[in-house]
Parts: sequence; structure tokens; C-alpha cells
Amino acid sequence: MEKFRYLSNVSTLALDSEACTGCGMCEMVCPHGVFEIEDRKANILDRDGCMECGACANNCPVNAIRVTPGVGCAAYIIQTWLKGAGLKITSKAQCC
Amino acid sequence: MKDQTNINDPASGREPGLKPIFISQPDTCSTDSEVCCGPPAGPPSSPFEKPGYKILGFVDRFIQTPAGPIPKVKTRTGLSDRIGTIMVRLGIGRNEYKIAPGLYCIGNADSTSLVMVTANYKLSFDTLRNHLDAQDAWILVLDTRGINVWCAAGKGTFSTEEVVQQIRQTQLDKVVTHRNLILPQLSATGVSATRVKKESGFSVIWGPVRASDIRHFMEKGMKADKIKRLVTFSFMERLVLVPVELSLVIKPAFWIFLAALILSGIGPGIFSISSSLSRGFIAVTAFIFGILAGAVAVPLLLPWIPFRAFSIKGALAGVMAGLGVALFFMDDIQIIAIMGLLLMTTAVSSYLAMNFTGATPFTSPSGVEKEMRKAIPLQGLAILTGITAWVIAAFKQ
Repeated sequence: MEKFRYLSNVSTLALDSEACTGCGMCEMVCPHGVFEIEDRKANILDRDGCMECGACANNCPVNAIRVTPGVGCAAYIIQTWLKGAGLKITSKAQCC
Repeated sequence: MKDQTNINDPASGREPGLKPIFISQPDTCSTDSEVCCGPPAGPPSSPFEKPGYKILGFVDRFIQTPAGPIPKVKTRTGLSDRIGTIMVRLGIGRNEYKIAPGLYCIGNADSTSLVMVTANYKLSFDTLRNHLDAQDAWILVLDTRGINVWCAAGKGTFSTEEVVQQIRQTQLDKVVTHRNLILPQLSATGVSATRVKKESGFSVIWGPVRASDIRHFMEKGMKADKIKRLVTFSFMERLVLVPVELSLVIKPAFWIFLAALILSGIGPGIFSISSSLSRGFIAVTAFIFGILAGAVAVPLLLPWIPFRAFSIKGALAGVMAGLGVALFFMDDIQIIAIMGLLLMTTAVSSYLAMNFTGATPFTSPSGVEKEMRKAIPLQGLAILTGITAWVIAAFKQ
């Protein structure tokens, strides 16, 4: 999806090339074509394309990928802030 | 209750020879020789009807399997399905639009047919079966609490545990002889193929992102092209989201409108009903345009509005909308009131556009949080300054 670009240098995606076995699972499940397999190792081709959905990390058989997944809607993030500030949320979860 | 189906099930214990069941009982009151009062009686009840249950319109008939009777569903969606789709797209009854989880089938599914896994959001289920016309397959519907595949995977209801649980509950291992499941690719966020294999013995094959590519995927020997593994966000895909975005702001908007009417009445004479109505009308109009800018214009014009941060895209659209409103009411209000209106439409539009990140398939939560840290204080400041300017303007008239 070259047409849509979100903020650069924000993704928490991290790949441990040492541990990678080059199985190609990350390349297959990523909805943004972030990975490619090169010389039997996964390579992050497009880090800024990552939306942190967590599919790659969840499916890496050797846990070589780390990413903090989450829901990217403002109402949800405000809730987590409020929760972090110790405020109890009484309203019916305004989740996205 | 659990074993009841097996007691009445003539095929239980038999080899998996999945024969469809046809209901052919003689009609008692429709022969010409008999005299009936009123119109002739309809067909008898299906043996699959149970007290307190209703057989849904999309069920064609039931087929017998070693795991009990399984509903065979139609691959063409009917009028009521389409009306349902329109309703949920408008945000009506969206949280309750679900079907019972479990095993369904289409075509003449047998023990060698493919198993497709999907969510129990009826729109997801309808989309899948619609694209499986003339195919023979099993559809394993998970209990995602009526949430679509990708969102459910993100929320953890379309999960490894749920896949394993449904395989066990439906006794899928008795229904099919192979051990493969086709999962929608976007469920990978919640499902680990390795763990499903370990815990159920079934191998996960990642299907395409879109149900519309499923046939092509099957023809290509269960392989999706690179392009079919990527998400898109076309104009139409954005357009269908707009009504739901609007339906979500209706409730808070009502209170904002009320507040706008009250604030607009404040003036030199403490409170004036006529000014509440006349100035309030202008303020409410400005808010409506702010909402339209953030929840309609930004989603639709997304790729053409400059800047990447949604709050800035929204602010730009909000300024344009505010200027339009100000131009329209220019003769009625002062410059300070115009400034107030502009600030309010900008803030409303900016916030709504920022919230739209939750509905897009490409924004990362880290990015959203980053822009929110900067944008929310500014939006708050703009609202407060806007309200102050609007109220002060009333005293200057």
C-alpha cells in the first residue's frame, strides 16, 4: 500500500536476525509487505509500513520478532491514558 | 443436551458418508379428495426444528455427519441479509449482528472438503459464503462475539484458543479426514499457526486477505499472490465506513448542541432566549460542519489531504469548513465570533479525524499515540479559546 503512509520512525517492530530461521511466515502474514526473505533470513524491507498489528510476532516460530501490538484509535488510547492515571472508567467501553 | 443429537442421529457411529437429509413427509391436508377448511395447510415442521429454536433463512437444509446434523447454508445472500448489511453499515444493531458459532457447510461438502474459518459477525459470514458459490466446503464459525475477523484478532476473540476450542466442540476431526484449516490472513494477529497445530493437530493455511480472492486462491493451489496478501483502503472501502463514524458521534453531538445553545444565550442581559436560538443556530451549524469535515471529508479525501498526521488533516478540513460557515454568516456576526467558530470547527474536525485512525488499516498505535500527545492539548485549547471568544462576542454587540 504505497499510497497511504503514516508517521515515520514510530513502529516498535524489532527483528532478531540471529534467531531467524528464514521460514517466511512473517512475510506471509504481514498485510503491508514489511518483510522479505533474503538469503534465508527475514529482512525488514519497509519498517514505516508497519502498523503494529502483531501478526508476524504472533506467528514467528522462534520468537525472533518483537512488536507492541495495539488498537490504533484515539478513544481507546485516551482510555488507556485515563486508566494509567488511575482513573476508573465507568462509561461502557467506547472501544473502536 | 450435548449428546442429544447423537441419540436421534441415525448416522452416528457410521462411516463418514455425509448424506443430505431430505424432508419428505406426506402432507395430510393437501390432497384434492380431502375437504379442508380455509387454505390448505403448509408443509410439516422440519425434524431439525426444536422448541425454542428457529431455523434461519440462510439455512438450505441439514446434512448428516458423524458429528451430528450440520446446516448447509445458501451461497447467495437474500433480501433480509442485504437489509441486515445496510443496517449495520449505518451503525444500527451492529453489536448484535451475529450468528451462532459452530460448523456450517456449503455445496456438497464431504469428509475431504476444505474447512474455512471465519468470525461470527454475520457480515463476515455472509461475505465468505457469497464468494463460495458452487464450491463444496465446511465453514467453521468462531465465537468472536459478533466482531469481524481483523478487529476480533486484535481484540483477542479470534484467537488460537478459540480455534482449538471450536475444533473440539464441533468434533471437526470426525467430520473431515484431512487436517487442514484455511484461515483469513488477517486473523494472524490473533492466531498462531504453530500453536493451533500443536494443540489441535490441524495445520493452518493462511488464506487471502479478502474473501473475494478465495476462489482464485483455491484455483492457484492454496497460494495467494503477494498482492492478495496486502490490505487496501480504496475510496469505496472508506465510503462504507462513513455512516458508522457519523452514528458514533450522534449521541455526544446532542449534548454539544445543547451546550452550544446555552452558551449562545449568555450575553449582556445574563441570558437571552432569542439570542440562544439565533446565535445558537450559527454555533450548531458550525459544529455540524466540523463533524462533516472530520468524519466525512477526511475519510473520503484521505489520500489527497496533505500531511500524514490525521489530526492535521482534520484541522485543515475543519478550517475550510469553518471558513465556509463564517462566510455564510459573515453579516450576522463579528470578527471575534468568527474566530471562535473557526477554532471550534477546527478542533472538532481534528479530533474526529484523529479518531478515524482506529478504522484505517495502516495506522500504527505508536504513531497515533505520538500525534495524540501533541494534538489533544491543542484541540482542548482551541475549544476553550473558541468558546471564550464566542461568549465574549455576545457582550460586544
